[in-house]
Amino acid sequence: MSANVGIVIVSHSADVARGTAEMVRQMVGDEVSLAFCGGDPGGGLGTNVESIMAAIDSAWSEKGVAILVDLGGAETNSEMAIEMQPRERQSRIVVCNAPIVEGAVMAATEASGGAPLEDVQRTAEELYPG
Amino acid sequence: MSISEVSGKVLLTHAAGLHARPSVKLTKLAKTFAAKVEVGPGAEGPWIDAKSIVKVMAAKVPQGVNLYVRAEGADAAAAVAALIGLVERDFDETAADAASG
Repeated sequence: MSANVGIVIVSHSADVARGTAEMVRQMVGDEVSLAFCGGDPGGGLGTNVESIMAAIDSAWSEKGVAILVDLGGAETNSEMAIEMQPRERQSRIVVCNAPIVEGAVMAATEASGGAPLEDVQRTAEELYPG
Repeated sequence: MSISEVSGKVLLTHAAGLHARPSVKLTKLAKTFAAKVEVGPGAEGPWIDAKSIVKVMAAKVPQGVNLYVRAEGADAAAAVAALIGLVERDFDETAADAASG
């Protein structure tokens, strides 16, 4: 598992996060470690730093982790979660500037072939270059 | 090491054409070879890097066209044979998978 870059999915919605992860598993397979989080503990919409940190831990690979997010808070909380990681990990975690579902599938496809983190991020962001 | 170019073609019969899931499978398979591997909807291209999931998916090659495959490198012949085999097996999908695109 740790031979490939890991993927973390962070959505405001638990259902979107779970559904996105399901698409990655079904379309790409299980060669990449994958974790997702979304929603607040009360069942509403939201993201929180603790859940994102746990997801990063769960998907961690020595080759790094690519995070796919949906809207505003998902990105800022992901960046905060990265800052709270051990220093040696921080440079090996990136937030991709890509749509969450498509980006996750593209990133996982690239990661499944053993590509380095930079290639995984570039592939996710290549979809809608902006 | 001799560099040889190998090419072939196969009829794309998958109901959805080269859509999302078939594209992922094709790309993943292409990545297992060292050779440069390209696919295209005609003998003259346009050629698409078969290892690029974004480019393969964006090409939207439809059902019923011949998919041309060409590869260059030490394992080019194996790569072309493997990709053609995948398309011939309809991407190893069941009819139900194919119907849902």
